[in-house]
This record gives sequence, structure tokens and C-alpha cells, in this order.
Amino acid sequence: MDDRSAVRMENVTKRFGSVVANDHVSMNINYGEILSILGENGSGKTTLMNMLAGIYYPDEGYFYVNGSEVTIKSPHDAFNLGIGMIHQHFKLIDVFTAAENIILGIEGSRTYDLKEVNRRVREIADQYGFDIDPEQKVYEMSVAQKQTLEIVKILYRGANILILDEPTAVLTPQETEKLFKVLRAMRSDGKAIVLITHKLNEVLELSDRVTILRKGQYITTIPTPVATEQILTEAMVGEKVTLDIDRPLPVNREKRLEIRNLTVYNEERVKALDDVSFDVFSGEILGIAGISGCGQKELLEAIAGLQHIEEGGSVMYTDPDGNEKELAGVSVRDIRNLGIHLSFVPEDRLGMGLVASMGMTENMMLKEYDRGRSPFLDRTSSLKTAGEIQKELDVITPSLDTPVRKLSGGNVQKVLVGREIAAAPTILMTAYAVRGLDISKSYTIYNLLTEQKKKGVAVIYVGEDLDVLLALADRILVLCGGKQNGILDARTVTKEEVGRRMTNLVSEEAAA
Amino acid sequence: MRNKYDKPHDSVKEPLIHLVRRVDIPASKAWMIRIICVLLGMLVCALFIMSITSLNPVSVYASMFSGAFGTPRRIWQTLKDMAILLCIGIGLAPAFKLRFWNVGAEGQVLIGGLVCAAWMITMGGKLPNALMLVLMAVTAMLASALWGLIPAYFKSKYRTNETLFTLMMNYVALQLVEFFVDVWDKKQSHSVGIINGDTQSGWMPSLFGQQFAPAVLIVGALTIGMYFYLKNSKQGFEITVAGESENTARYAGISVSKVILRTMAISAAICGLAGFLEVSCVSHTISSLTAGGRGFTAIIVAWLGKFNPIAMTLITAILSFLSRGANQIASDFNFNTYASSILTGIILFFILASEFFINYRLVFRSKKGKERAE
Ligand SMILES: Nc1ncnc2c1ncn2[C@@H]1O[C@H](COP(=O)(O)OP(=O)(O)OP(=O)(O)O)[C@@H](O)[C@H]1O
Ligand SMILES: [Mg+2]
Repeated sequence: MDDRSAVRMENVTKRFGSVVANDHVSMNINYGEILSILGENGSGKTTLMNMLAGIYYPDEGYFYVNGSEVTIKSPHDAFNLGIGMIHQHFKLIDVFTAAENIILGIEGSRTYDLKEVNRRVREIADQYGFDIDPEQKVYEMSVAQKQTLEIVKILYRGANILILDEPTAVLTPQETEKLFKVLRAMRSDGKAIVLITHKLNEVLELSDRVTILRKGQYITTIPTPVATEQILTEAMVGEKVTLDIDRPLPVNREKRLEIRNLTVYNEERVKALDDVSFDVFSGEILGIAGISGCGQKELLEAIAGLQHIEEGGSVMYTDPDGNEKELAGVSVRDIRNLGIHLSFVPEDRLGMGLVASMGMTENMMLKEYDRGRSPFLDRTSSLKTAGEIQKELDVITPSLDTPVRKLSGGNVQKVLVGREIAAAPTILMTAYAVRGLDISKSYTIYNLLTEQKKKGVAVIYVGEDLDVLLALADRILVLCGGKQNGILDARTVTKEEVGRRMTNLVSEEAAA
Repeated sequence: MRNKYDKPHDSVKEPLIHLVRRVDIPASKAWMIRIICVLLGMLVCALFIMSITSLNPVSVYASMFSGAFGTPRRIWQTLKDMAILLCIGIGLAPAFKLRFWNVGAEGQVLIGGLVCAAWMITMGGKLPNALMLVLMAVTAMLASALWGLIPAYFKSKYRTNETLFTLMMNYVALQLVEFFVDVWDKKQSHSVGIINGDTQSGWMPSLFGQQFAPAVLIVGALTIGMYFYLKNSKQGFEITVAGESENTARYAGISVSKVILRTMAISAAICGLAGFLEVSCVSHTISSLTAGGRGFTAIIVAWLGKFNPIAMTLITAILSFLSRGANQIASDFNFNTYASSILTGIILFFILASEFFINYRLVFRSKKGKERAE
């Protein structure tokens, strides 16, 4: 072992019931290095790191930190060894300030001097280039600021080994760039950094080595300079994969939705959508591009009947037989009762699309539990749907009744997308459908959407990866600050043009 | 080039024991923990009894058992205690499952009881008893439902805090009862006494010669009904979804405020039914003690039973056995009646502790590097 070794794991195994999340994994983490961990959804990345952070306790195996064997039984143990983990769901107290959150829970500090804390927080911030105000309250913070706070909190407590679980999944490109700068600064300061991510370009850009897990097992570690997207993907999946998106020309294009003058105010009574008008066609994928908070969420929710549409707005639906129905002002349930199959994969999967404490079967019922006259639930058809989705989309779950919150992120998404497609939609709306999904699963979703398009479904795809948007969609609607900023032909437009329109309103642009 | 943050907590003393949240625990292990905790609780009760009376704990437990189940009469008394407490708990279950913290059961029981007493006092003997009973039950439930709808309406419309609201309404109900007791009280005795003791108008007839059998049967049926309502009905599904996440409910097309109003009406109506059973079947009187704190005990029942009517039945059985048994030893061994409260308190404490140990694990500090993962 060289003396930079921070953590060595030997034969670490963790089982959840019959699921082997980690199967005799041995690996190394070094100081002064950024190590990426790559693997398909459910390959055990989070579980492995959770054991290092003291959240789970291994069934078998040994951990060595700084050369000596250790037992990590709790997050507190991990802290004492200088190990800190930033989870995807932040553990902060909203009404406290940044500084208060930082000192919260530090043992042995019954009294504290807030001024001193603020000073040290600023010192850490200066050292690594964080942007943080110790006196800001958490509820006033953006997601990126909360993440920064989590990192500072861990550094404040003296962590030398930092684990970040999919940190960029919730960040904008600019915020990601900022985070990477900080991570590089920490690396040159000698810290050991572990980065779990599904974005191969991030792996290639940032890390020094890549460790690959597959189905709970350790596969290999590749030095980044010799890695390519193809090599990494194949190591992850275990077989040759083609990373192509097939984009057939739309056939039988019929107008499905005619959206006119849509204006929506969000919860803070700020105009989230401002006079947006466009058409949606069957057999076509309409991509929606925009930086986060530009109104995509409100747009999809307005169409789904979840947002109040201001006077004068119209969402006219034309069914395959040519009958028109106005959807503006119609409730979710009434849209369903009109017989309109409108499927919607919302951004917040566990908080909106699914019931986290229910299993797959019960989640299948969510949008059709009220079918029929009987006051009782009919479980048979949802049991069948759940079984089919599990088989077709290869959902890894101990049973159909396991609460979906226990499934890995990718599997949760498969359950949700699977249900929405199983409803035989005429319109399918997806918001960040591949967020948190590994690369091969992302392609599975792209292919599923393309298949739906071929079947004549009108697909609306809100995505953050412009490369994918340009390869998948037929047309792209760009939103900028809630305003419509052009409808572009995805086959001819350049990435630069889309990017420019996301941030700058083009004044002469009229509705297409 | 490690820096000044190296070796972070050298100076901090590590505690001997600390807590770790359990992430997943199999149901069988959870039940093991519960049973062990109840047994430990009984052991502590025994020690407590021994320490103050130097009596043999075995004979004390035997006496408790005989107090609760010793004669058919005592069995029925215990069953009656169970029935009323469980009825209130069953009423709370759907509201709690919706995360609507109805702590107003005490008042809802009183309102139900008050309406029944009003019928009995004003219409006693003027109506056939069967009609009287139906009217009493229906109006008691309606009145309580309305009582419960008030906080539900404000919650769904103005997002007021239901805990505070329902709690305060208990005191309003209490004052109402005391007011009417004064109105009806002819002998200046600050009580209405047994109502219709002569005509037995509005009294639930006994079944198989047992005064309490009707209450036990009604609550039994209600428990089974609630089990299926929560588990298999569409409305039960709506309660689970809306309780878990309001956004998911909206997404599924469930109107959250409608569910709040409906569920709270059901919840309060069942509490009103408990008031009806208490007045018509058990005590035949009304006073500020009619609910007797059971509206609060039922909260414990609902929580410990995880809003599952079957588990709640078990919890009520333990509590009712304890209080009957403790009363028995109080009289057998000349304890004062607070002894009973102490014993119940000890057992409750251990049941609550079991929930704690189901959620958390104690970790004892070991010398680093000595212990290995098995
Ligand atoms: N608490 C739990 N109970 C039961 N099974 C679990 C639990 N946590 C994880 N698993 C299972 O263990 C396996 C590994 O999960 P893990 O979350 O570590 O995967 P991952 O590699 O982080 O996936 P993703 O990329 O989707 O985040 C999965 O099959 C998952 O369903
Ligand atoms: Mg994960």
C-alpha cells in the first residue's frame, strides 16, 4: 500500500433480505485523488459508501482507514475517522442558519461562539472557493447552496475523506462547474474524494481513477486517462452496448394539443409562464429546453390539470377521432373521466409521481384506483401490470410489495415510467426522465419514448442534457424566464443556438 | 500534505453508548422487541410491588389476573372497558393515517354522550325504545361529526393547525356538558344521576343477559369494518395517499380537502358513537367525566397499534387488563388507587420504549480495531 491510502475495503458484503447489494467488494480510496464510482442503477454504489459513512453496517468484510483496521458503527464513528458523506437528500434544518446547521450535532460543544464559527466557515470557504453566507437561513437557499453547505459542514468537522452521491444530478451546468472547481481545490489540498455519478463526461473530466461495480460486485478500476465512454459503459454493463438514439421521421402527424396564451403563476405568485402558445403533434417528440426554473415544471403541470391557468389561456385537446375538448380549468380527475389518456412523469418521483411507502402494486393503482362503481379496490389488474412492468423493464425489487422508497433511483424511475406507459397514453409528458439513471438505463428510456412516438403518442420531453435533446426530439421549444423563445427544428439547429436562446430572449421571434 | 483539520476529534471524549437509527428491521424482530419490552415492564412492575409491599409478585399477578378475568362479571367489565377505548381508537385511526392530528376525541365523545342524554331526559318514555335508540345513535354521530368538521373545515380552507384546534374544542365540549348538567340537575347535586332509572328509556337492552354485550359486539364489528375500510376501500387508499404526500394526491386527482373533511367526519362520528355507547349501554348518565381521559389514552392506542385496527385491539386488551388488574390488587392488598396508575404507567413506558428500540439501535463503544464485523 502506498502511503496515500485513505481507505481500503476488503471483501465487504451487504445483503438486504435476498438482495446482495455488495458482494465481497475490495477497493482503495487514496488521498489527493478524485475517485469516481460508476455502476448501473442498483449496482450497490450508494450502499457501499453508506457503510463507509456508518449508515449501514456490513454483513462481512473489513475496513482499513489510514492503514489500521476500523469498525464503523455509526455516522459518528465515520466522522471521528474523518469520513463525511453528502447524500442526495440533504439533512439540514430549514429554520436554522448555515452556521447553526454546521455546529448542530457536534458532540462536546454544548456552548459555542457563533462569531468564531462564522469566522471558521469563512476561512474554509476562502480556502476552497466556496460561495456561502454563514448567516443565511437554509429555507432561503437554492439546492446548490444547500449542497455547498453540506460540504462545508463536513469540512468544518474535519473530514479528509469526502463522499458525494450523485452531487450534480440537481445542479445546473454552471453550478456543476463551480462544484468541480471546489473539488479540484480539495484534491490539491490532499483530501480523498469519492464521486458517485452517472454522467460519463463528468467522470472523464474530473476524476483520476474510476472504480466500476456491477450487480454488487467489484469489476475493475481504470485510470481515467485511458478510459473512454465506450470502455466505461461496457465495463459497467458487462457486454457490448450501442449508445445511439434512433430518430425516425414522424409519421401520421396529427395535432393533439393546441396550447394558446398560457399564463401561470407559481406558488410565490410569480409569473412562471408568460403567454406561451404552441402545438403538440402525435408521432412526434417535442423537446422542451430551458435552464432550471424557466417554467417547464409549470408548463407540464398546467397541461396535466395541476396548475391554475389564467383567464384567456387554452389547452385544446383533439382526440384521435378528431373530437375537440378544452382542458384548461379541468381537474385531473375530470380529464381522466373524459377518457383522455394523459400520462405524466413528474420531476419529483417519490414526492409526486409515486407513494413512497407503497409497493409497486399499489402504486400502479394510483391513477386508476377509482375505476368502477365498487367502493373497494380492485388489486388484480394492478398486480398484473406491476408484474409485467417488473419483467419488461427489469425492475430490481425484493417483491412487488416492497415500498418503492427502498428501491434504487433507477428502479424507482422504471416503476413510474412503466406505469405511465402502461396506461396506453395519447400524450406522454416526462420531466427529467433520466435524472439519476445510469447510461444504459437512460438509453432504455430514450428508446421507450421513441417507441411510444412510433406508436403515435405525442411525447413531450423536458430534459437538461442538450446533446440528448438534440438527438432525441423532433422539435424543440425553448423557454426563457417563462417566455417562449422559439420553436426549433431539432434536426438542423445547433446546440449553441439552443443554449443562447435559453438565456437570451430573441425579440423578433414570433410564435411558430 | 495533510492540513490542520487532520485528526479532528482527538480531544473529544467518545461516549460509551450512543444511538444509531435503524434503517430496516424485519417485522418479526420488531415484534420480538415489543414482547421483550412488555415482559420487562411486567418485571419492573413486580419489583415495584415487591419493594413497597414485600408481597410475592406471583400472587400479585394472580390477583391482577383474577381482577380482570376472575369471574364472568369481571370479564365483561374488562371487555366493556376495552370496547369503549377501542371504539375511540378506531375513530382516531383514519384521521391519524391522514396525518390529521385529531386530539379532540375527548370532546367528540362528550358531544355524542350529551346528545344521547338530551334525548333520554327530554323524550324519555315518550317514544318506543327501539326508535329512541336509533335516534340517539344517529344524532350522536351526526353531532360529533359536525363538531369534528369545524376544525377540519378550517384546516382544509385556511390551513389552521388542527392539533391546537381540536384540543381547544375539548374544553368547549366540557363546558357545554357542565352547563347542561346544571340545567338538568333538579336536586342541586351537581349531577344528573342515573337517567330514566325507572323506565329504562334510551337504555341499550342487554344481550344474552349481559348489559355490555351489545357494546362489545358493535365495537367488534366496527373494528373489522375499519380494518377493511383502511386496507381495501378506495376511500382508505385516498387516506393513505393524501396522508403520505399532498402532491401525490393532487397528481392522482384526489381532492385533499375533500378527504380531510370526509375522514374527519368519520373519525368524529365514531367517537360520538363511543359517547352513545357509554351513556346508553354503560353508565346511563352524563357528566364531565363521561369521556374520562380515554380520548387521550386512545391516541396512545392508535399510535402504538400503527393505526392498524387489529394491532390496536391487542394494545387495548393490554391496557384494559392492566387497569382492571391494578384496581383489583389495590383492593386486595389495600393499595390506594394510584397504584393502578403507576403500574399502567410503567407498562406504557415500556411499550413506548419498545418503539424506541425498534427505531434505534444502541451502539456500545469498543476499543478501536479490536472488534471485527462477524
Ligand atoms: N434499505 C434497503 N432495503 C432493501 N433493499 C435495499 C435497500 N437499500 C438498497 N437496497 C437494494 O440494494 C441494491 C443496491 O442499491 P444501491 O442504492 O446501493 O444502488 P446504487 O448503485 O446506488 O443505484 P443508483 O445508481 O440507482 O443510485 C438495490 O437492488 C436496492 O434495491
Ligand atoms: Mg445510489
